[in-house]
Amino acid sequence: MTAETANARRKRALDAMASMPANMLSDLYKENTAGAPGAIAVRGPEIGAIMLRGRIGGGGAPFNLGEASVTRATVRLDSGELGHSIVLGRDADKARMIAHLDALRQLPDWIGRVEKAIVEPALEHARAEAKLQAEETEATRVDFFTMVRGED
Amino acid sequence: MSVSINTRSEGHVFEGGFANPVMDSQGVFRRVMNALGEPGTVADLSGFVTPPAPLSQAAAAILLTLADYDTPVWFEKPENNDDAIGWMSFHTGAPRTADVFRAAFAVLEKMSPVEAWAKFPIGTSDYPDRSATLILPVESLAGGEPLRLTGPGIETEKVITPLGLPQGFEAFMTENRAAYPLGLDVLLVCGGEAIGLPRTTRIEEA
Amino acid sequence: MYVAVKGGEAAIANAHRLLADRRRGDRDVPALTLEQITGQLALAVDRVMAEGSLYDPDLAAMAVRQSRGDMIEAIFLLRAYRTTLARFGNSRPIDTAKMRIERRVSATYKDIPGGQLLGPTFDYTHRLIDPAMAGDEPVDEPLRRAREDERRAPRVTDILNDEGLIERDVLSDEEPGDLTRDPTAFPADRDVRLQALARGDEGFLLSLGYSTQRGYGRTHPFVGEIRIGLVDVEIDVPELGFAVSLGQVRVTECQMVSQFTGGGEEGAKFTRGYGLVFGQSERKAMAMSLVDRALRADEFDEQRLAPAQDEEFVLAHCDNVQATGFVEHLKLPHYVDFQAELDLLRTLNTAKAKNDEMREAAE
Repeated sequence: MTAETANARRKRALDAMASMPANMLSDLYKENTAGAPGAIAVRGPEIGAIMLRGRIGGGGAPFNLGEASVTRATVRLDSGELGHSIVLGRDADKARMIAHLDALRQLPDWIGRVEKAIVEPALEHARAEAKLQAEETEATRVDFFTMVRGED
Repeated sequence: MSVSINTRSEGHVFEGGFANPVMDSQGVFRRVMNALGEPGTVADLSGFVTPPAPLSQAAAAILLTLADYDTPVWFEKPENNDDAIGWMSFHTGAPRTADVFRAAFAVLEKMSPVEAWAKFPIGTSDYPDRSATLILPVESLAGGEPLRLTGPGIETEKVITPLGLPQGFEAFMTENRAAYPLGLDVLLVCGGEAIGLPRTTRIEEA
Repeated sequence: MYVAVKGGEAAIANAHRLLADRRRGDRDVPALTLEQITGQLALAVDRVMAEGSLYDPDLAAMAVRQSRGDMIEAIFLLRAYRTTLARFGNSRPIDTAKMRIERRVSATYKDIPGGQLLGPTFDYTHRLIDPAMAGDEPVDEPLRRAREDERRAPRVTDILNDEGLIERDVLSDEEPGDLTRDPTAFPADRDVRLQALARGDEGFLLSLGYSTQRGYGRTHPFVGEIRIGLVDVEIDVPELGFAVSLGQVRVTECQMVSQFTGGGEEGAKFTRGYGLVFGQSERKAMAMSLVDRALRADEFDEQRLAPAQDEEFVLAHCDNVQATGFVEHLKLPHYVDFQAELDLLRTLNTAKAKNDEMREAAE
């Protein structure tokens, strides 16, 4: 795998886990990481804020819209692999679990398991939720029809 | 002013930060505040962090406590400080700046030439706090020529004997004091210890 | 003049205890849970996040509960909390064109590509209090309708752009000003104005927007588009070397198409006002876009005569935390100031009485 695709896969996993509901992540984490190499905290988990930016007019120059609370963590496995995470909200456990999973993903023995047991269900959950929301919204679509008025 | 971290670096860029960030940074903050509030007293900042060379424990503890995303840090010799810069950025989010005029903190070299210090921001009359704090390493905090300190935070006078101050240091600090309320604040560091010399302190040869 | 006066500690402690009691109310009634507040008072939570300028639904719900529903108090609490958070960085600008849309309407094009999606709106309700609200009657699940593929919903301004009939967005990556870091100086740039408006008081902006419609700085507005939905938040992570998504936030965006500006080399074009707000907050986004447009008077050589066009007036007064602080501080002890005024008044009146006496004696 080239470095580029490895990074793209890593990003895909981090993105998917960040959007996952905390209790779902926690359940899958517990089910699947028994016997996994442990991790020690290198930084955090710590709660802070990021400035969230928009663009003027939607597509112009950036402006500062307001902040959002975030939590980030960095952990290291005994074998040296570093795992990072940063997620919206103030859930230290969630950030720590994701950082641990990010580190485990770097082990050949673990990448498959993390992808299959955590990342894929996270993506599936996100897809299902997006579909449900889209279909509920779709039901409120206005279907215009033209009334014929007057003669000819 | 983007933060870039050498991601190929081994653990030492990521490790050696505060073991307990909240308590440790508050502990260091208190000590640095006292060092600046009572100029001339030696603050013990050892044992909090394990920074990459050539950063001293004291300089590193000060950076990890005071530097953050909003405080650009200027390094006198960035080429010697790759790991130190990566370490600081990872732990604090503080960006390294190459622009001396924007420095909130300056990490100097031993015997840093004082003529170059005139470029650091000394604040404005509306915002005298928008000035740089200089972190200056010395050979030793004792054993040098005695300097008499007087001014706020010192009941009568205090004598310090740092070894390895750059040429013209006292003259520079006298001029610095004259600009009050504007000016630079200086922290002398050696190993795990630091001495605070704020802009209000009068420094003379004893 | 300020003089320190001690005393009242017991009264204050007891008042806080009484407040806690009144906040909780009847103990036989279950306490509100955060899930109830975020789930059933979602728009209150959204307002607190928008004006508290911190996206965090749980914290905003806690603030609503702690403040007994006093929105400005809740906003104040959230603002105070956000000052304790270390800044980790800036997000990449969110891309509203890629929004997962929950509502999207246009008042300018009936057949706007992507269509009109009403979403969960109060519009078309009769504004009659529903007796069912006194109880907990079952509520139907929403209807679902299969979506034909991925229908693109381009921003309406991009549609008008294609015809060259509207001012274009000028994409840039210029570093924006940040009023949480640097005090606002006038004249302010549009980026800083939008930041101030995004956290500004909904009521204040609503009234100012309304005033422009009534002729105080008229801009002849049309709602080009309102869209509400979820957008991805991405941030560059230096230790990874790439950007990651942190999750999604809900925002409301309003594109106000406003009166055209004239001729010149480029020909006549509509101008624009822009609104972007945390959460589902259509009224605020619309008001913001009206005020944004009014504040651009100088750009279009319009005379600045109305309050909504006066940026110092608008920006200095739109923040309800600042406003409430200054108004409410009047209730704090001003005993000494007032004593001085009393003394002055008495002296004046004594002097007048003496004058009157002397005049009478002379007559």
